[in-house]
This record gives sequence, structure tokens and C-alpha cells, in this order.
Amino acid sequence: MAIRGKEIPVDISLDINGRSEPLSVDPGVTLLDALRERLGVTGRRRKAATAASAAPARCTSTVSQCSPALPSLAATVRRPVTTVEGLSTGDELHPVQRAFVDQDALQCGFCTSGQIMSAVAAVREDVSDVREFMSGNLCRCSAYPNIIAAIKQASEQAAADTRRADATV
Amino acid sequence: MRPFELTRAATVQDALESTGAFLAGGTTLVDLMKLDVLTPPCVLDINDLPLRGISTSDGMRFGALERMADVAAHPGVYPAISKALVLSASQQLRNMASIGGNLMQRTRCSYFRDVTMPCNRRVPGSGCPAIGGTNRMHAILGTSDACVATHASDVAVALVALDAEVVLTSADGTRTLPLRDFYRVPGSTPEVENDLRAGELITEVYVPRLDWAATSTYVKVRDRQSYEFALCSAAVALDVRDGRILDARVAVGGGVATVPWRLTAVEAALQGAQLTEEAFADAASVAAEGAHPLSGNEFKTTLLTRTIVRALLELTEGSHR
Ligand SMILES: Cc1cc2nc3c(=O)[nH]c(=O)nc-3n(C[C@H](O)[C@H](O)[C@H](O)COP(=O)(O)OP(=O)(O)OC[C@H]3O[C@@H](n4cnc5c(N)ncnc54)[C@H](O)[C@@H]3O)c2cc1C
Ligand code: SF4
Ligand code: FES
Repeated sequence: MAIRGKEIPVDISLDINGRSEPLSVDPGVTLLDALRERLGVTGRRRKAATAASAAPARCTSTVSQCSPALPSLAATVRRPVTTVEGLSTGDELHPVQRAFVDQDALQCGFCTSGQIMSAVAAVREDVSDVREFMSGNLCRCSAYPNIIAAIKQASEQAAADTRRADATV
Repeated sequence: MRPFELTRAATVQDALESTGAFLAGGTTLVDLMKLDVLTPPCVLDINDLPLRGISTSDGMRFGALERMADVAAHPGVYPAISKALVLSASQQLRNMASIGGNLMQRTRCSYFRDVTMPCNRRVPGSGCPAIGGTNRMHAILGTSDACVATHASDVAVALVALDAEVVLTSADGTRTLPLRDFYRVPGSTPEVENDLRAGELITEVYVPRLDWAATSTYVKVRDRQSYEFALCSAAVALDVRDGRILDARVAVGGGVATVPWRLTAVEAALQGAQLTEEAFADAASVAAEGAHPLSGNEFKTTLLTRTIVRALLELTEGSHR
């Protein structure tokens, strides 16, 4: 019989959307499960709903985009995490969320929160090959052309904002 | 996923004394634990170890825990290496996955990943359903009667082409091994994939300086343009002077070989060759010597030579007649 390891819960503290969340998790709990099932992100999900229809919580680290759909274990996460719920300030949408609405960059919305988080990273890192950068985010409705258009809009806006800021210095 | 114990290593010494499975980015390990293919009772998170740093001053050194995305984006990394990394997996995965973990990734053979199926690599002696089954994604080079699975790393192909070495540390000390000798073809023991000993840690990858490696590239042919493993891939570096090839480095892999596959015969055939498609095709024609195509992947012998030719054409674009 295979030897089974003992499941010893690990005490961790996750930095989610600027708030520190202490948590005791079994080692096998993924970041996604910790977010959705343990930290009760329902309120935040409602906010995501205003932004871009009802969508499961997807997240990205603020340092760089990671994928909670992949099995990152909650107990191994060291960096602050931003979810789609942490993007908007009050009722004001993040420019990338705004661009998704303007460009109609979703159909069913299932993939949208993940698309938006990757798009935020693409705009911030000013990537040259947007399609390659975004290829880890699948969209079953194939809203790809509009997603690319939204990223283009947000990138152009970010560039204009930088120019304006430079001009006023 | 089976229950397991998780600990964090604070020092390399901690890691060497542990019997836990090393966890870096977890994109292979946790994936296979979820499928019950790997069932380690203890997992050791090694991400706090000081195995970081990218240096390109004399040759190249990458700490084993450097992320694929960071190495790919680092200025001065030989093009074949950065291209192989950028064409691997997706941005999210590249942000998480480490170089050390990449070299240790397990095969994507779907029978290996399905614990309800026999598989010599997973359960030695249980048989290989791929040989008489679905084998379009399997290898034609370096195969055996026991296993025909590919090694799917892209960057390992570029590293083997450029004579990279892995630095390995154990309680007994540190040793350095050419990456090419690190991997084992399946033979009669497909469960032994490489030369890493129990408790040994990859600490660094070293690529010796090669002045003409700036003229290098990586071509990956696949069913989708992105976020897909290779059907075939080739890493090529060329030393071109006065319209002729003085020296070449060629390796193939991805979907064609059981380990990253250096092609010294093609390199020799390229020496002195002119920069024409015919000369490239001539040299590449020896690539599939000794290949054993399977029922579902005969097309790969042609694909193999064409992939090499395409890499050569890309590298010499503008200079061939
Ligand atoms: C959807 C998907 C698509 C992918 N596509 C590609 C692709 O196109 N091309 C490609 O090349 N790869 C691809 N990969 C594989 C991916 O690159 C690897 O999973 C990744 O590089 C592994 O690195 P990691 O740090 O996550 O390793 P982990 O999962 O943490 O570890 C992998 C293995 O290596 C061991 N290990 C880790 N670090 C060390 C060390 N320093 N010393 C000794 N042993 C160590 C671990 O114990 C484990 O056995 C893909 C993976 C996924 C999930
Ligand atoms: S090819 Fe290798 S890994 Fe795949 S089923 Fe056969 S023995 Fe297992
Ligand atoms: S909008 Fe439906 S999956 Fe992307």
C-alpha cells in the first residue's frame, strides 16, 4: 500500500486586493479554491458582474500575471494577488474594463475576468505580440477580435495618458 | 489529489536533506499530482532558495529558479534560447515555471498521464499502449520497444544545440554535466529519464560563450500557432562567412525525439555549404537517419527535415540566392 502523507494544514496569509487574509489551508488547496471557497469572494464577484457580466473569480498577481486555473497551491503563493474585483475604484471601471465594455469584448462572459486580468498585464507591460501574450486565455465564444481591439484601445489610452502626464511636468 | 505534507526549504542544505519532491513553479508537479500520476507523500517548496540570477557576461548562467518569462525577456540571451522560451506554453505558465523545472518536465504522452492505462514509464513492465495505439504526438528518434514518448521541453532543444551544462548539487558536492548527457533515451528502462540522483538539485544552467550564437533561432511547428506543444522543432546556430557556412549547431526535439536530439551529422554536412535551399535540404536529409516512425506519425520524417531547412532559411534570410 502506498504510504500516504499526512495532511497537515498550513497557516498562511494571502494578500488579496490589498487586504491581508490569514487562512489555514490543507497543502493541496489551490489558490483558486482558496479565493472562491474559503475567502468567500461572492461580494466581489458581484462587482465583477457589473464590470463584465457574471464570471467566476479569476485573478492575477500584481507583480505579473499568473494563472489560478493552473494548480498553484495557495500555501506556496508569496506575492500579492489582485483579482478582477480589485481593479475598479468604487463605481469607476478600470480603463481595461471600460475598453472591454466599449469594444463589446465578450459574449457569455465566462472567460472575461481572466481575459481582463491578462489584458491589464499586456497593457502595463506594453507587449509587442498581444496575441501570443494572450494565448493562455481561451474564449469558447471566440470573442478574440474584440478582445484584441479592447487591448488596443486601452494601450492607446495608456500611451495618451503618459504623454499628457509628461506634457504637464 | 492524494494528501501530502508541504514544507518550505529555507536553505539549499534543507533541500538536500529532505526526501520531499521539489516544488518550483508546480506547473508539472501539481498538475501530475492532481491526476494521481505523481503521489509524493512530502512536497518541498524550494522557491525561497537563492537559485536566482541571470548573467550574460561570459557565456550565460541562469539560476534554476529563474522563471521562463524572465529568462526569455533578459537582454543578451541567445536568440535560440529566448525564442524557444517565448514559444513555450503560455505567458501565465512562463511567469510561474522555472528553468530547472522545465528541464525536469515529464512527457505529455496521454497514456502516461492517465493512471487507468498501462505505461512502462509510469509502471515499469506494464506495457506501452502508444506503440500500437494513438501515437501521432510521439517520437521517431531515440525510441525503443518499451517507450516512444517525447521530451516536450522547447528550451532544452536550444540548450542542447548550444552545448549547455547543468550544475547539480547534492550532499556529496557539486557536479557539472552537459545537458545532452543528462537525458536518457528510454531503452529498456523508460522510467529512468535523466541522470539526476535522488536528493540532487539542479542549481544552475550554464551556456558556454559562442560568439556566433547571436545568429541562432528556434523554429517550432505545431497544430496551433500558440499555446501548443511541438510536432517538431529545431534549434540552429550558424557561423556564416563570405556566403558559406563555417560551422553549425543543430538540435531537434519537441514532438520528434525522446530526448533533446543533437544532430552532429547535419552539422557536419552543413560545413562549407553555400546558402541555398538545395544545400540546406541536402544537409538536412541525413536528419531522419535511424528514425523509427510509428503508425500515426510517419509524416514526421519529412517534417523533421523541412523544419531544419526552414530554420536555416530564416537564419540566412536576405543572404541566400
Ligand atoms: C498547459 C501547459 C502547456 C505547456 N506547454 C509547454 C510548451 O509548449 N513547451 C515547454 O517547453 N513546456 C511546456 N509546458 C511545460 C512547462 O514548461 C513545465 O511544466 C514547467 O517548465 C515546469 O517548471 P516548474 O517550475 O513549474 O516545475 P515544477 O512543476 O515545480 O517541477 C517539475 C519537476 O521538476 C522537479 N524540479 C523542479 N525544480 C528542480 C530543481 N531545481 N532541481 C531538481 N528538480 C527540480 C520537480 O520535483 C518536479 O519533478 C507546458 C505546461 C502546461 C501545464
Ligand atoms: S510511450 Fe512511454 S510514456 Fe507513453 S505509454 Fe508508452 S511507455 Fe508510457
Ligand atoms: S466570452 Fe464566452 S468564453 Fe469568452
